[in-house]
Amino acid sequence: MMSPADEKDLSEAIAGAKGALRVVGGGTRSLGAPGPGEVLSLAAMSDIRLYEPGALTLVVAAGTPLAEVEATLAAEGQMLPFEPADMRALLGRDGVSTIGGVVATNASGPRRMMAGACRDALIGVRFVDGSGTILKNGGRVMKNVTGYDLVKLMAGSWGTLGVLSEVAFKVLPKLGGASVLVHGVDGLAALDAMTRAVTSPFEVSGAAAVPGEGVYLRVEGLEGSVSYRLGRLTELVRDLGEVTLIDDPEASRDLWARLRDVADFADGSSAVWRVSMKPADLVRRMLPALGASLEVRLDWAGGLGWLRMAEGARDMEVKALHGRLQSAVAAHGGGHATLVKAAPTVVSQVCVFQPEAPGIAALSQGLRAKFDPRGILNPGLMET
Amino acid sequence: MEMPIPNARVIAKKARIVERLSKVLPKSAVIHDEAETRAYECDALTAYRCAPLAVILPGSTAEVAAALRICHEEGVPVVPRGSGTSLAGGALPTADSVILGVARMNGVLETDYENRIIRVQTGRTNLSVTGAVEAEEFFYAPDPSSQLACAIAGNIAMNSGGAHCLKYGVTTNNLLGVTMVTMEGEVLEIGGAHLDSGGYDLLGLICGSEGQLGVVTEATLRILRKPEGARPVLIGFDSNEVAGACVADIIRAGVLPVAIEFMDRPILEICENYAKAGYPDCEALLIVEVEGSPLEIDAQLGLIKQIARSHNPVELREAETAEEAARIWLGRKSAFGAVGQVADYMCLDGTIPVSELPRVLRGIEEISAKYGLKVGNVFHAGDGNMHPLIMFDANKPGDLELCEACGAEILRLCVEVGGCLTGEHGVGVEKRDLMGAQFSDADMEAQMNVKDVFDPAWLLNPAKVFPLTASRSRREGRVAA
Repeated sequence: MMSPADEKDLSEAIAGAKGALRVVGGGTRSLGAPGPGEVLSLAAMSDIRLYEPGALTLVVAAGTPLAEVEATLAAEGQMLPFEPADMRALLGRDGVSTIGGVVATNASGPRRMMAGACRDALIGVRFVDGSGTILKNGGRVMKNVTGYDLVKLMAGSWGTLGVLSEVAFKVLPKLGGASVLVHGVDGLAALDAMTRAVTSPFEVSGAAAVPGEGVYLRVEGLEGSVSYRLGRLTELVRDLGEVTLIDDPEASRDLWARLRDVADFADGSSAVWRVSMKPADLVRRMLPALGASLEVRLDWAGGLGWLRMAEGARDMEVKALHGRLQSAVAAHGGGHATLVKAAPTVVSQVCVFQPEAPGIAALSQGLRAKFDPRGILNPGLMET
Repeated sequence: MEMPIPNARVIAKKARIVERLSKVLPKSAVIHDEAETRAYECDALTAYRCAPLAVILPGSTAEVAAALRICHEEGVPVVPRGSGTSLAGGALPTADSVILGVARMNGVLETDYENRIIRVQTGRTNLSVTGAVEAEEFFYAPDPSSQLACAIAGNIAMNSGGAHCLKYGVTTNNLLGVTMVTMEGEVLEIGGAHLDSGGYDLLGLICGSEGQLGVVTEATLRILRKPEGARPVLIGFDSNEVAGACVADIIRAGVLPVAIEFMDRPILEICENYAKAGYPDCEALLIVEVEGSPLEIDAQLGLIKQIARSHNPVELREAETAEEAARIWLGRKSAFGAVGQVADYMCLDGTIPVSELPRVLRGIEEISAKYGLKVGNVFHAGDGNMHPLIMFDANKPGDLELCEACGAEILRLCVEVGGCLTGEHGVGVEKRDLMGAQFSDADMEAQMNVKDVFDPAWLLNPAKVFPLTASRSRREGRVAA
């Protein structure tokens, strides 16, 4: 295993690599079968480089633990806007999540719907490409259109185009929040409740559905504003089901951590997919067509689905459903169904990522060949 | 500013190119008469002009694809154009290029309130996107100053921002999908109505690529429900430093206004003479706007006023009525027009870390004195996006060059303090030759590699963004028929 201490070391390690490299942050959110090659760990590159609360900007080394980043921000009453999940329980991992891993996977939680994804908060990157060249893009300012936006390209590229060494974010004030539960609504009624909420002027920062419980709605902001908006939201949805208030800050926080981390699906070893689609396509068309054999958690007002197969399904059944889900996503006009959890015997035989349309796939392959001409960075990953 | 020598072989076969384009486009969509192509000789960066070989105005994605296939076969450079409001020369033609204008493609293809999206053809103007959904109390958030005229196509090409992006983000944060035609004429669907990409974020790469990767003909945009209300407050200070410190304190306090606009004395004087908005006589003026219900607005403005008072403002004025709110915005919104009344001007848009505001404003004062050109500053203070307006006399020989040199020095200062050359206008031709101040050769090479993948022949808007010396080998390697 290589564990470079700084960007220069990282550059030399990649330039001198004789074969494939498996890029690892904390290893807490990797997908698919472990790839070939020597492990290249970023864990030693940990450092808060610059934090200006008055400018809402933060620059950190890629190997910095996520927990350290969040604690640093919390000390100044700020936060990462996109609320990245802790995937360890769901995926059965025990490493230390790094900020570089969050960026490489574009990990974004419930607030993504309102405040944007990791890629939206990311304002700068430094990285080393597959030839060992140190590159930068973006910077530490909130608005920047100088040259192409490789920042967005790097977010969610899973270490296949370059290895991140430093990342910069636009952050937000961390404000108190509270939630309501609309009891008992499910399926189309749940979609209705979430849609009413997010098409209201009341700035809902979380809209999720749990069958058997109902729809959870969250608002965040200054104290008086939160209670005002929750009151108005309650009026909007009370004809759909009984509405109860979850105004204890800790209870509301725990609730959204549970939803964010998909804690309900952490037990057992059943296959789990993460599906991002247009809300109406997912809830009105795709889910009803799949039948009742799946457990579903909806987030992003229906734009994100976590789907779990029943315990004890055979590999063949998992693979068949995987194919069906990905075809259905493509047929409904796009998005993705990604297999985040399954038996090793399954993930080694399927591509867990959504296949791209031929024209798009050609561009992706072209980019990959430019940034990593030797094909040594996480080979096999994201290849569909 | 230098442009490449036009390709004589392309110019020589103008008749054939026009004939081929006329076969796939309606007669009225192909403009080749020199008197008429002249209307497309520049965009809003009017200092540079060059009539194109021809202008095409396709009416559909299929027509765009057919026309691009021909241009690709003939080796003709293509300069995509929205409404031609670029301040950076993004739509400036060369004599051997075909201007591809999307202005006739301005329809609304789908409005979907349940899923909070609108799908439009990209020739549609920014403001008319909101116009299409405001009856249902929705709006499209990015609001560049030129929003009455500028097209979504140009907004996507330049990743445009606006006054309200502190809260709502810029174009890239509000764009969900595009239909894009490659230079080879292939039609691609990238993104859609969903939020996250399963593969590489090509949508993020295309947004802000200044029309160099493909021609975007349709776009799926995120629409938002309008807030219950909005109200501005005006705060005057006797120094730029104090105004800058007040901005930082507001942000730190956890209030996130939708806009924090900053105007300095030179701009204030010009605006007040022009618009008579009743601005106070002061060194620096902030306009801070917040949104929400009346009670929420009261609470936020209460906090902001409390912070402002701790900085001893010379004036603190809250709008009590819609009319007073409009008056507070009046001077700011007429700033560019007001400066245009007294001088020719060049508008820069470098972004700086907010903490460097006082230092950069002092530096701009020094640079202004050194060049003997008046510079006024009006900008989005919450996100550090400066808009220095350098005033000059276009009729005075050498003044434009002096102004450009002054601008370059200001932009280098922005980069030096940790900022960038352009926050929302784009590089175009205007800042092309300054790219080396911000990027290493390797950084630019990585970006040009991206263009190689999308447009291997380097025919789309080729002489923009990258210094000509850096892009020369690629541009000259292009296929000449």
